[in-house]
Formats: sequence, C-alpha cells, structure tokens
Amino acid sequence: MTQIHETKLPGVGTLHDFECQSGDRVGVISHHGDRREIVIYDPNDPDRVSESAAMTADEARVFADLLGGTTVTERLDNLRQEIDGLAIDWLPISPHSPYAGTTIGETALRSRTGVSIVALVRGRRPLPAPGPEQALMADDTAVVVGTVEGITAAAKLLSRRPR
Amino acid sequence: MIFAATPEAATLLVELGAILVALALLGRLAARFGIPSIPLYLVAGLAVGEGGIVELVTAREFIESGATIGVILLLLLLGLEYTGEELTAALQNNVPSGMVDLVLNFSPGLLLGAVLGWDYRAALLLGGITYISSSGIIAKVLEDLGNTGNRETPVVLAILVTEDLVMALYLPLMAGLLIGGSALAIGIEVTVAITAVMTVLLIAIRFGDKISAVVFDRSDENLLLSLLGLALLVAGIAEHLQASAAVGAFVVGIALNGPAEHAARNVLGPLKHLFAAMFFAFFGLQINPADLPPALALAIGLALVTAATKMATGWWSAKEAGISTPGRIRAGATLVARGEFSIVIAGIAVAEGIEPELGPLAAAYVLILAVCGPLLARSADPIARQLGPRLQRTPTTR
Repeated sequence: MTQIHETKLPGVGTLHDFECQSGDRVGVISHHGDRREIVIYDPNDPDRVSESAAMTADEARVFADLLGGTTVTERLDNLRQEIDGLAIDWLPISPHSPYAGTTIGETALRSRTGVSIVALVRGRRPLPAPGPEQALMADDTAVVVGTVEGITAAAKLLSRRPR
Repeated sequence: MIFAATPEAATLLVELGAILVALALLGRLAARFGIPSIPLYLVAGLAVGEGGIVELVTAREFIESGATIGVILLLLLLGLEYTGEELTAALQNNVPSGMVDLVLNFSPGLLLGAVLGWDYRAALLLGGITYISSSGIIAKVLEDLGNTGNRETPVVLAILVTEDLVMALYLPLMAGLLIGGSALAIGIEVTVAITAVMTVLLIAIRFGDKISAVVFDRSDENLLLSLLGLALLVAGIAEHLQASAAVGAFVVGIALNGPAEHAARNVLGPLKHLFAAMFFAFFGLQINPADLPPALALAIGLALVTAATKMATGWWSAKEAGISTPGRIRAGATLVARGEFSIVIAGIAVAEGIEPELGPLAAAYVLILAVCGPLLARSADPIARQLGPRLQRTPTTR
C-alpha cells in the first residue's frame, strides 16, 4: 500500500504527496476553498515542485475519474465494515445528487432501502444523529447503517445524476 | 444634487480619482516587473504628500480614514487565511523556529534604535519592523514561483503564522507602552489588553463555527454589511481597550470559517484592494521625501543585516525539517520580504510622533526589502544551481 504523507499548509490548505514505484514523487494541494493543485516533484531536487496544474473541484473530480474508476466504488470497497450482516458506510453527496439541498426526510431513504443516515459530515464537522428535517448539502458525507444490499441501493439513489 | 454640489466636493473627486488612477498605473508597472505593488504605492504617497511633487489637500482626510479601514481589512483577510486549528498547531509545533526568528530578526532593529539613542519604545517598534516578514508578499511569491507544494514551504508558512500570532501580543503591548504613565499603570493596561486578546482569540477558535453560521447570509449585500460592520465594531472596541484595532480585525478573521469564510473572501477582497492601497499611500503621504536620502544609508545597512538574518532563520528552520541545501536557500530567500506589517508598526510610530527619524527609515527599509525580497526568492534556485550540482544530491530525510 502506498504511504501518503499529509502536510498542513497554514493559510493555504493541505498537501498530500507520495512516491510512485517509478520513483516519481507526486502530490495534491487542497487549497482552502475548493481549488486543487496537482504537483510533480523535481527528480534532481526532491524538495522542489517542478510541474503543477491548478484545477477547480469539478475538474479534479473528472481527473480522478480518468485516473481510475469512480471514487464512490472505491470507497465502497475500502470502507465497508460488516458486523453480522449490518454494514456501515460513508456515502458522499455529490453536487450532482438529486438530493443535495433536500432534507433527509424527503429522500425517504429508510423506507426505500432500509438504510438509516446516522450522521452527516460537513467539512470537518460531524452532525451526529440528524433528524428527518436535517438538510443534505452537496459535498456532505452521509454515514449510513443498513444491509449490504440496502447500502448499495442507497449509494445509487444518492449519487444518481439527474436525467 | 448630491454629488459635486460644492467646488470642494468636485476637487475631492478629482484628487481621489487622480490618485486611484496613479495607483492603478503603478500596480500595472509592478506586475510587469514582477515586484509587489506595496513599494510603489508608498512612492505614490510620497509624491502627493508634504514636500512631494503635488500636495493633496482635500482628499487627504478621506485617504486617512480609508487607511484606517485598510489596516482593518488587511488584518481581517489575513485572519481569514488561518483556521483556529492551524493557529493552535503553530503554537505547539513552531516554538524553536519561532524563537530563532524572533531573536535573529527583532534584535537588529532594537539594537540600531538603542545605538541611535532613541526612546526605548521607538527602538522596540524598529525591532518589530525588522522582525516581521510580509505574509502578503510571500504568499504571492510562493504562488507565482509555483513553490506552494515545495517541501520547505510548510517551514516558511509555519514561521509566518507564528509571526502573525506574535503580532497579536506585540501590538497591544506596544499600545500599552505608548500610553505611558507609571510602570504599574502600563503593566495593568498591557495585562488587560493581552487578556482581552487571548480571551477573544479563544472564543474565536472555540465558537468560530457558530459565529460563522450566524453571520453567513446568501445575499452578498447583507453579508458584506454584516462582515464589515462586525470587523469595524470589534476593531474599534479593541482599540478602546488599547488592544489595537488591527488585532481585533485579525481575530474576527480567524473566527470566520466554512461558507462564511469563503464568501467573505469574495466580497471583501475587492474592498481590501482599494483600502489597503490607500493605507500604503497614506503612510507614504505622511513622510517628506526630503527626509529619505539622509535615512538611506542606515536603511540599506539595516536591510542587508536583516536580509542575512532572515536567510539564516529560513536556512536553520529548513535544515531542522530535514530539507536539503537548495530548499534551505529557497526558504531563507523567500522569508526576506518585509511589507504590510512593518508599515502597520511604522504607522503607529508616525501617528504617535515619538521619533521623527523612524518614519523615513522604515519607509526606505520597506521599499528596499519589499522590492529585493521577491527578487531574491526568484533567484534562489539559480543560486543553488550555481553552488554546484553536488548540492542537489544531498540525501534528504523526511
């Protein structure tokens, strides 16, 4: 597994970087706000960035998709932990989700999939035990509990792009 | 008719328009040569003040009020750049490099003030002027050179955060000392001011989320009025408590986060450009250009010494962080620029009128280092390359 270094850049954001098997060192700067910057380090001076590309959050999402599958499925693979048939998972609410901007009640997630939203993570702030009147916002992460099948269905519902 | 009803109002518009156009032209010139606009704004102020090419009469008062708001906006937006967590982390992790920075860069100014036989408060102010690097100029330089992701950059940023925090204590301290009185009175004044700052800072870090949620509004208009109003109110109250208006605004900036922070940057950014330009011009305006040449030799000497001490600070801190030689040179060179904060401190001295030589010296000093700092940062990599390819392969540790 690749070891990723996280560095806080006060006043700027956060830098994640790692060394590829090829020996190239690459990183992503997540600026405060939603700007992303991809950086590639100079092989002759590993402290120095030789190339960089700045992108908006949307472009970064496209780029991530191009690099390998959707991040949603990877999250499902990596993060699901089953406890006797009960699964807990983290589902991102994408800005394209039809439910971004609606309330938890309006999603009718529980009656449709049997899955409950037990918490929301907004930015760095957790909102534990949200009621049905709680609004879902784009880029929230919903912490959900249910069966494996239920969560797969819920992930589809929440991430479905508008037609 | 609301506008231009009197000849005076017409003159005000003409003078104000002319100076803004002049600032705009200078800003373009600065961008062309890759230097910050701050030193050119200072020059513009020098040109229209007493003893300058033309003397502004009517617009002076307006620019003075604009300058007061400029400081507040500068500090408010600086505070916005930081989150409470970043500041607490800075306090925990940056003590060694922060101390080295303080000792190496505060001393030259302090000592020069002492040697010149100045009032001790003027010497302390000169120490502050040589101590503090320009977060604004340095952030721009890092971005322009594409150095934000460099491994020495966290070291540079950590030093800047620490300096900005030190300012939050230094400014109230100086405000207390400048009022004067008995040692006891000063002690009480300073303790009250610093306690107030610390309390508000803690509140800002602790309840930033709640405050931000209350302040936030979808309408830019409402948001602008609430943010500016809140910042001016807190700054004014802070000033009354002798805790410095600038520090009050800085703390408000820290308290804001999330959507409110993002929106604040968008709506207040343009205002900051306007009023900060007025602030730099106003500082220049208060100084008679005829006083600059006599101060120049001292300013050059002080600039050379404190460029060297900043280089040493950056080099040492980068070395401690396991950065190899080229990165140490970059860290040092990047930190050399002095700018807005040095002028904020010098502005206090000029307003108090405690040492007539300090204003011109500070102006010349900032002019030199605001121009040379970024140039030095730009040439750090070529310098490192000149020093030999051997350096490039120095093994690094993480």
